[in-house]
Amino acid sequence: MEFLLAVAIVVLVAWFVTAPLRNRPSTGGEDRTAAELADLEARKEAKYRQIRDAEADRAAGKLTEEDFKRLDRELRGEAVDILKRLDRLRGPDRA
Amino acid sequence: MPVQVHDHDGGAVQLTILGSALLAAALLCALYAAGSAIYGARTGDRRWVESSRRSVYAVAALLTTAVLLLEVAFARDDFHFALVADHSSTTTPAFYKLTAMWSSQEGSLLLWAWVLSLASSGVLYITRRRHREIVPWATAVLAGLGAFFTGLMIFKAQPFAHLDPAPAEGAGLTPLLRNPYMAIHPPMLYSGYVLWSIPFAFCIGALISRRLDASWIRTTRNFALVAWTFLGIGLLLGSRWSYEELGWGGYWGWDPVENAALMPWLVGTGFLHSVMVQEKRGMLKVWNVSLISATFCLCLLGTFLVRSGVLQSIHAFGASTVGGPLLALIGVAAIGSTSLIVTRLDQLKPERRIDSLLSRESIFLVNNLLLVGLALVIFWGTFFPLISEFFTGDRHSLAAPWFDRYVAPIGVLLVLFTGIGPLFAWGRLSTAAARRLLLWPVIATVATIVVLLAVSDARSHLWALLVFAFAAFTLVALAGEFWRAGASRRALTGETFPLALARGVARNRRRYGGYLVHAGIAFTLIGIAASSSFQTNRDLRLRVGQSAKVGDYTIDYRKLSADPRSERIAFAAQLDVTRDGKHFATLNPARNYYPAQDPTAGPIGRYFMGESTSEVGLKTGAGGDLWTAFQPDLAVLNPAIIRGNRQLAKVGPVAQGIAIEVLAQHYAQSPPPATFRVIVNPLVLWIWVPGGLLAIAGAVMAGWPALESRRRLEAAYRARLGKELGTANPPIT
Amino acid sequence: MDPSRKRKIRLIVALSAAVLLAAGLVYTSFSASTEAKQPSQLLQADPNGTYELTGKVVPGSIKHSGDQLDFRISDRDGSHPIPVSYSGTVPDPFRDGREVIVTGKLQDGTFVGQRDSLITKCPSKFTTTTAGQSS
Repeated sequence: MEFLLAVAIVVLVAWFVTAPLRNRPSTGGEDRTAAELADLEARKEAKYRQIRDAEADRAAGKLTEEDFKRLDRELRGEAVDILKRLDRLRGPDRA
Repeated sequence: MPVQVHDHDGGAVQLTILGSALLAAALLCALYAAGSAIYGARTGDRRWVESSRRSVYAVAALLTTAVLLLEVAFARDDFHFALVADHSSTTTPAFYKLTAMWSSQEGSLLLWAWVLSLASSGVLYITRRRHREIVPWATAVLAGLGAFFTGLMIFKAQPFAHLDPAPAEGAGLTPLLRNPYMAIHPPMLYSGYVLWSIPFAFCIGALISRRLDASWIRTTRNFALVAWTFLGIGLLLGSRWSYEELGWGGYWGWDPVENAALMPWLVGTGFLHSVMVQEKRGMLKVWNVSLISATFCLCLLGTFLVRSGVLQSIHAFGASTVGGPLLALIGVAAIGSTSLIVTRLDQLKPERRIDSLLSRESIFLVNNLLLVGLALVIFWGTFFPLISEFFTGDRHSLAAPWFDRYVAPIGVLLVLFTGIGPLFAWGRLSTAAARRLLLWPVIATVATIVVLLAVSDARSHLWALLVFAFAAFTLVALAGEFWRAGASRRALTGETFPLALARGVARNRRRYGGYLVHAGIAFTLIGIAASSSFQTNRDLRLRVGQSAKVGDYTIDYRKLSADPRSERIAFAAQLDVTRDGKHFATLNPARNYYPAQDPTAGPIGRYFMGESTSEVGLKTGAGGDLWTAFQPDLAVLNPAIIRGNRQLAKVGPVAQGIAIEVLAQHYAQSPPPATFRVIVNPLVLWIWVPGGLLAIAGAVMAGWPALESRRRLEAAYRARLGKELGTANPPIT
Repeated sequence: MDPSRKRKIRLIVALSAAVLLAAGLVYTSFSASTEAKQPSQLLQADPNGTYELTGKVVPGSIKHSGDQLDFRISDRDGSHPIPVSYSGTVPDPFRDGREVIVTGKLQDGTFVGQRDSLITKCPSKFTTTTAGQSS
């Protein structure tokens, strides 16, 4: 009884673990795009948060107008880069 | 599956074997996961990576079953499990039966491996479609760790060791651990230790795959935050346990095992701050990968110290079998991560330089240096017995005064930076703004110093005075931050102030949650400074009916009562406390004597020769605690005990029980003078409430995932909307 | 001053501060530490030094007299018993035959323990106990 149980567990685990190996090897193209998209989205969010932070700091009077402008320009430049890369990745199925 | 366990030996054998089989299967799965992850990373074949992830899930499922199996055995008093027989008994209360698992080394290792497998599965599930270069290597690291700990259980410390025949009764849980704090403290601490391995694994993955932007930090930040919180809760509970359960009245003694938990917490605190600098400003990359490696190694070292008995500690765990392998693992982790960092220095160059000293990044750098410096001091002090033995051949140890000498000034500076950090902006703070922002906090600091010098004897406690002053700075600075959050939003939207404040805070939970943590830390440090500097500590020797004065309190020893039971004998003193002529409290400090299992102590003597624990008599208040502990002098019982051992050796347990009852009651009727320790401990509660609670609440607020992802999703939609509507700039809402 | 030169100076200042602090740490730790000794080693040691005496409580030697606790500590093998007088908190598991640590110095053949410095080690697997240091 216990032996059967152990065998059942082993078979179940082996079946579960090796399931992906029984698939045909994918070229991974779509997968790769999805991964990169998720990464870029996260980066974009982080960058937006930074821009909002800078604005909050200006509103609280911590940054001078001049410093804020410099920082904001820098951050927006980086945000635009991320957006461009996002668009390039999404390009084919959007256009 | 067999259900009858007690009268069915065969069935129980299968249960312990089933447990070992589960561990063996988990080890195989973990090894396979590590191997297939590396193979997948090398060949770029995603199927192998996918398979390794599933194998990690399988480890989690197998270990969960193993934990359940063991817990069921504890719940059913199945003494065929050696672990159950050694650490539980039929008389152990049900709740403590379930927590007895981690009072043993074997059970602790199972807990380690189990929490690790759950956390690994969690992080791999979250990242299943991301970080394609990093994840396989991180999987390999996590699975390797899992294999290590599962292997330790199989080869060195078996939690499923079998006893045949099963003893009728177990040894029971050590009385000192029958305390709710102690029941929760180890899992919290272990979870803290374990969860630091997630950011560490991703850091190693990033180093190997040379993907050294901030993405590994973003992905694992919440795991780091949870690890930090658990470790913090573990420290808070441990100190509370020491304060309430150990009859010496302190909450921290610079013991190696305490230090072992504090060091990774300090370095981890530094990491949580410095990763923000990398994320926002692209600096401190080398620092961050070094810090997380150090944190992780310190976590392993903590486990090692608790389990190896290499240092003379009040936690006497005895020599253990897992010390050597753990030390080897620490060596591999330290050398491996260092060589990875050194070979990747080119990719770890900062993207910017620090612009100005008046910036958040430079403040963070200073606070990091303080935290790491503090950890180094504690490390040196903790390992000084080994260091001095190496250089001089003799073991020298360092006591609390040495630690205090260094920790006090660094702690004072840390309180100050807890307040300065939030005030400063990223990049560069204008001098005019700095002046304006610092105005009220500085006024609060000066006012605190003036008032304290006027009304108290703070003059003679410089460090405490500075802690209070800087804590005032910090709290006022943080209050100002919250006020500005509300005010600037109100100016923008015209909402009422409370609404504007709530929305402003909700919009940046991570920042304001962090500020709450800072406020909690400030309160905790106030509590530590006040209770350690302004404590009144007296040892009294009183007869029943005598009284003594301690501080403003008059302590009157009214009577002694005895409560003899089969599992323990308790002697409780009744103390009536008056203050300014008015009744203040009735305290009942007690001492519990648990019977020894050792037969040489004699049938009567064993009831008085075993472990004993203190129940402190505690009156707690926001202003301070009155803490009392009681130590009866049982020496007068010795002649009676020796006589009883001789005369009652042959009679049954019932007669012996009656004799003990008579003996205890007789003692309580006319006791000799007893020793009391009385401590007036100002503000000590602040360490835990509001300090600890506020810090935990803040950390939860900063790291709560559900709202975060929902907001991110919403923001993503809004961004897409903005783009699709053709707005030039990304919409900033 | 050009920025790289400024950075170099900053680095040198920081490094020398760190070296100074480290030197202080090493110096104070050697001067503030107490050496651990067993009774047999204590008899040969400098009689004026403060030591951590570690050993076993000689069975039957514990006597209370008022606030003070008198007992004997021997080497782990039971040899070289030394009389100890101590006052302060007594940790819960303090018993005959237990392994203990007391910090103090030798006075006229008696080891006088510092207040509250008594620590008991438990033979069991996971037990913690302390008399600790109250500051």
